[in-house]
Amino acid sequence: MTTAVISRQQVEDFLYTEAALLDAWRLDDWLLLFDDDAKYEVPCNDAVDGDPSEDLMLIDDNYARLAARVARLNSRRAHREYPHSRTNHQVFNVRLDAWSDELSVSASFTVWRFRAGRSSCYVGRYRYRLRPTNGEFRIAFKRAELDMTDLRDVADVAIIL
Amino acid sequence: MSASAPVVVDDPVAQRFRVHRSAMTSPDIHRAEIDRIFAKSWLYVGHESEIPEPGDFVRRPVAGRPVFMVRGVKTGNVNVFHNTCTHRGAVVCRQDSGNSKVFQCFYHAWTFDSEGQLKGVPDRDAYAGGVNFDELGLRRVERVESYRGFVFASFDPDIVDLRTYLGDAKEYMDLVIDGCGGSVEIVRGTNQYSFAANWKLLVENSVDGYHAESTHDTYFKYLVSIGTDLRGGVSGRAIDLGNGHAVIEYSSPWGRPVAKWEPLFGEDSRTEIDRLRADLVARHGEQRARTMAEVNRNMLIYPNLIINDIMAVTVRTFYPPAPDAVDVTAWELAPVNELKALRQRRLDSFLTFLGPGGFATPDDVEALESCQQGFASGGVAWNDISRGMGRPAMANDEEQMRAFWRRWQHQMGAAADLAAAQ
Repeated sequence: MTTAVISRQQVEDFLYTEAALLDAWRLDDWLLLFDDDAKYEVPCNDAVDGDPSEDLMLIDDNYARLAARVARLNSRRAHREYPHSRTNHQVFNVRLDAWSDELSVSASFTVWRFRAGRSSCYVGRYRYRLRPTNGEFRIAFKRAELDMTDLRDVADVAIIL
Repeated sequence: MSASAPVVVDDPVAQRFRVHRSAMTSPDIHRAEIDRIFAKSWLYVGHESEIPEPGDFVRRPVAGRPVFMVRGVKTGNVNVFHNTCTHRGAVVCRQDSGNSKVFQCFYHAWTFDSEGQLKGVPDRDAYAGGVNFDELGLRRVERVESYRGFVFASFDPDIVDLRTYLGDAKEYMDLVIDGCGGSVEIVRGTNQYSFAANWKLLVENSVDGYHAESTHDTYFKYLVSIGTDLRGGVSGRAIDLGNGHAVIEYSSPWGRPVAKWEPLFGEDSRTEIDRLRADLVARHGEQRARTMAEVNRNMLIYPNLIINDIMAVTVRTFYPPAPDAVDVTAWELAPVNELKALRQRRLDSFLTFLGPGGFATPDDVEALESCQQGFASGGVAWNDISRGMGRPAMANDEEQMRAFWRRWQHQMGAAADLAAAQ
């Protein structure tokens, strides 16, 4: 693929596929979407521009830590997520922002989480860098910037956004 | 007046210590806690490093009450004000942080300076002589004192001074601060989360060595997977520091950025950690330096401040808006001018263990909510907190929790009585 032939629809299809894997708790398959130099970041609510080399983040996973996160969530000893929440990852307002070797994409998200009779909702903006390879995309970078001013309504970020 | 049927039953003869579960569920006890504990203790407001320059401010609730802390432009002092206009009540500081010479109430434009003085009242001539504007400055929180950069406030004008209140806890704060080279700062990025459990369960959990292996199995597996050698294990003791404060101190199986190297830090960091260690030895002597570098500390400063100096340092405070709810605010504390690679390790260590997106804290939240849910089942009236009563208390015993509960019972007095707590 080159920039000329990548449509927003192709990107959206990819993001919907990713969301479906997360909602199905197919985390091993989800991990396969990431390149092994990829990063997954969630900044603190009061520092959404947070730089993980200087600022405290909620999540700052390189590939190894992301794999550890998946292994943890797949185990029966991640007590906060065993049994798992039901989640619904919703992606919209998708924009293709810039292109060099990688495609920069931003999108709005709401992630609903339901467990034991309680519901919570995460709202924010995704920032991706995607690498087109063989007619598909690989994730080089995923960052979820939360719009909520704090985590009081959601308690934690034990699920993957 | 003390309770005739106390909620906390401390029986040193039978070596049994029990807490009635109404302490965690009763609205009456919760109301009494607000009056007798949160209105009568020294409470953590923030750290001076958050407001280094004149006019720098942060606003936040202390015991649920909106206040703000500002460094005075004239005096350079740390001022903590009730965040309310003296005219008709609106909050005057409406940003979480920033720098300002003045704080203007947007409602009628009354304007206060960073020392709290009322400087501007539109159409002042309309007031007759009965109003003395000099008395209508921002109201200071009754008592504000600092210990080595940690700013505390109390709503009780008659409370003992902060140093007396902190007592032996000062020694452990010194170990944390001096261990960081003597100069520390709050890192940018705050963890603000809430969950459905009584606040005292978080007091217990924050200094609980007993739960680590069972609750945090996935975290320890993660540590092993990245190359941490846990074979050294965790051993240590629990200490009652008086006045309700307590600490557990124990050997660290994991690396500490000040100053216990492990392979994970990388060879490049070894020289720096050796230098930090040598510096600690030169300043504090071999034994104290060793304690600073190699020993973990989980400390409770009564009633609601936790300073845990483990693989990173957290400063955590919390407040109960209801018996079954707790609002937590936590920061990361670190040495100023830390080597980039060590700061990176410190940040990583904090967020993977202590952060609400990490591999441990969500499971603590689950445990505490689970306890609160269990209380609702009824049938079992008492929690047992007796572990280690028959021996010198170890870090995975419960003496540190008993220290808290004894002080709690004392301060609550007649309000912590089974007859009152329904």
